[in-house]
Amino acid sequence: MPTNVSHPDEVIVLKRRFGQGAADIDKYLELDGYKAVQKAIENGPDWIINEMKASGLRGRGGAGFPTGMKWSFVPKQSAKPKYVLVNGDESEPGTCKDHVIFLEDPHSVIEGTIIAGLAIGAKTGFIYLRGEYRYLLKIMEKAVADAYARGFLGKNIFGKDGVDFEIITQTGAGAYEVGEESALMESLEGKRGVPRIKPPFPAVVGLYGGPTVINNAETIANAPHILLMGGEAYAKLGTERNGGTRLFGISGHVNKPGVYELPMGYSMRKAIYDVAGGIKDGKQLKAVVPGGSSCPVLRADEIDVGLDFDQMAKAGTMLGSGGIVVLDETVSIVEFALRTIKFYQHESCGWCIPCREGTDWLKKTLTRFHAGGGNKKDIDNIQYLAENMLGRTFCPLGDAAAMPTIGFVKKFRLEFEEYLEGKRTEPLLIQIQPVGEPELAGAH
Amino acid sequence: MAAIANTIFSPELAARFDKLVTIYPVKRSALVPMLLYAQDEVGYISDEVITELAQRLDLLELDVRNVLSYYSMLRTRPAGRFNVQVCTNISCMLRGGYELLDHCKNRLGVGHKGVTPDGLFSLEEVECIGACCWAPAVQVNYDFHDNLTPEKLDGILDDYAAGRGKDVK
Repeated sequence: MPTNVSHPDEVIVLKRRFGQGAADIDKYLELDGYKAVQKAIENGPDWIINEMKASGLRGRGGAGFPTGMKWSFVPKQSAKPKYVLVNGDESEPGTCKDHVIFLEDPHSVIEGTIIAGLAIGAKTGFIYLRGEYRYLLKIMEKAVADAYARGFLGKNIFGKDGVDFEIITQTGAGAYEVGEESALMESLEGKRGVPRIKPPFPAVVGLYGGPTVINNAETIANAPHILLMGGEAYAKLGTERNGGTRLFGISGHVNKPGVYELPMGYSMRKAIYDVAGGIKDGKQLKAVVPGGSSCPVLRADEIDVGLDFDQMAKAGTMLGSGGIVVLDETVSIVEFALRTIKFYQHESCGWCIPCREGTDWLKKTLTRFHAGGGNKKDIDNIQYLAENMLGRTFCPLGDAAAMPTIGFVKKFRLEFEEYLEGKRTEPLLIQIQPVGEPELAGAH
Repeated sequence: MAAIANTIFSPELAARFDKLVTIYPVKRSALVPMLLYAQDEVGYISDEVITELAQRLDLLELDVRNVLSYYSMLRTRPAGRFNVQVCTNISCMLRGGYELLDHCKNRLGVGHKGVTPDGLFSLEEVECIGACCWAPAVQVNYDFHDNLTPEKLDGILDDYAAGRGKDVK
């Protein structure tokens, strides 16, 4: 079971009900649960959207799109039903924040989903969890059933005539790509999870062809808190254009890994050295993958940066999904790059060529390099291959594979060169043989 | 619509499927969860499962196979009664995921996607399972086991072998 962690520097908004048994609906109600949604019913869609815009909340899945604006893009009139789709297909390596939200505060996801529905005029919401989260689906299913039993879901919710809202929960069956919004809709429609071409964007043509708002589970769970405390008050907790707080999952070589709630813009150095207790076993920091495996790596001397979308972009990387993976001096970057690309090669859906072929060639090249059969030209080829994937795929998976690869090669080029020369001493963990090129394995 | 003659699922699962196909705006939406639930009961997606799900959803068997082949948790051959899924993705790798994988290979005497001769265990090296902050983590069927060491994992596998392990369905 996930361990609850805390630190004095945390600013608690989303985590306020954690560790208090709020999966129980009575406990949730006792802790101001389902108050925000009633406020939302009274004040109407324009008020909700204005509060969300004022909050400065940006999508917690990784792209950082302003939530209020996303909701405002949904047309008011629509011949087809509108939908809310909650993305809980959390699969980005390094990310486990939605895991704890579903576990500790499932009703906040339900309440947020209803609020999003009220804002855009939808009467149905879907909460889609990754297939591995079966025990969390059970928790969500129970929470949804309890909410129906209390009249918070179904017809005339909270006793208001004509206000109806249904929620359907389900899981996927193992696919990183389904975390991409259009692939998620495909999966929910019972198909292979391949992306759709955009435009049209989901706000116009989404699930079952109807206008659809798709939000990450953490984004949705923030909505009730924002409506209760007011958008402006929430915004003030963070930095400019980066409202509020965020769940950061700090993992890897730190003393106290865990999911911490920190204000947007908080120092990455402090997050690693204070909040997460510093580097494990007294070792030196080597690198940080700042927001899930798709974000370009930062070197140890680059971590004096604020954890918000804009400051991270300025530092040449991304805040992503808030999964901070910390690497100490014993990690071979060549091996870490291989493990990263092995994942993207496995998860590429194969729909478009630059991603399908690109990830495969990167994995092949890095596998050979890792096994000792590399040459100096490979280093350039890896970078060249990755750069040619950027921006050339239907969905961001191609970029997600290319960006970290470019980062590893650019920032640790010397280490790649020394690896070739047999000068690196980091222990290797992965036993992997190049396929189809056995004569190159162990060439030096 | 006439009820589908249930041939391979338990009455409980058949009833669940009867309901599941009615809750979505489009019947086909039930396909991915149905595949997973069918696998939980039958052990894998057999040809018979494919035929029956296709019937229940008015799809071609080809449609079902197309979807089935996409998702990594779905399998067309039996796994062990306890499918041990060791995460070796980055956060787990940094905290001993590969050590756990090697340990399992030695203990169970099988490799990736192998099944022990008694059919009790199977082993899989999996991608990130969303337990990064409690790494290294292993899933046995649907149950998470976090902050593991080879010794702790031994105890957990002993429990499963003795019928004392957790087993969320």
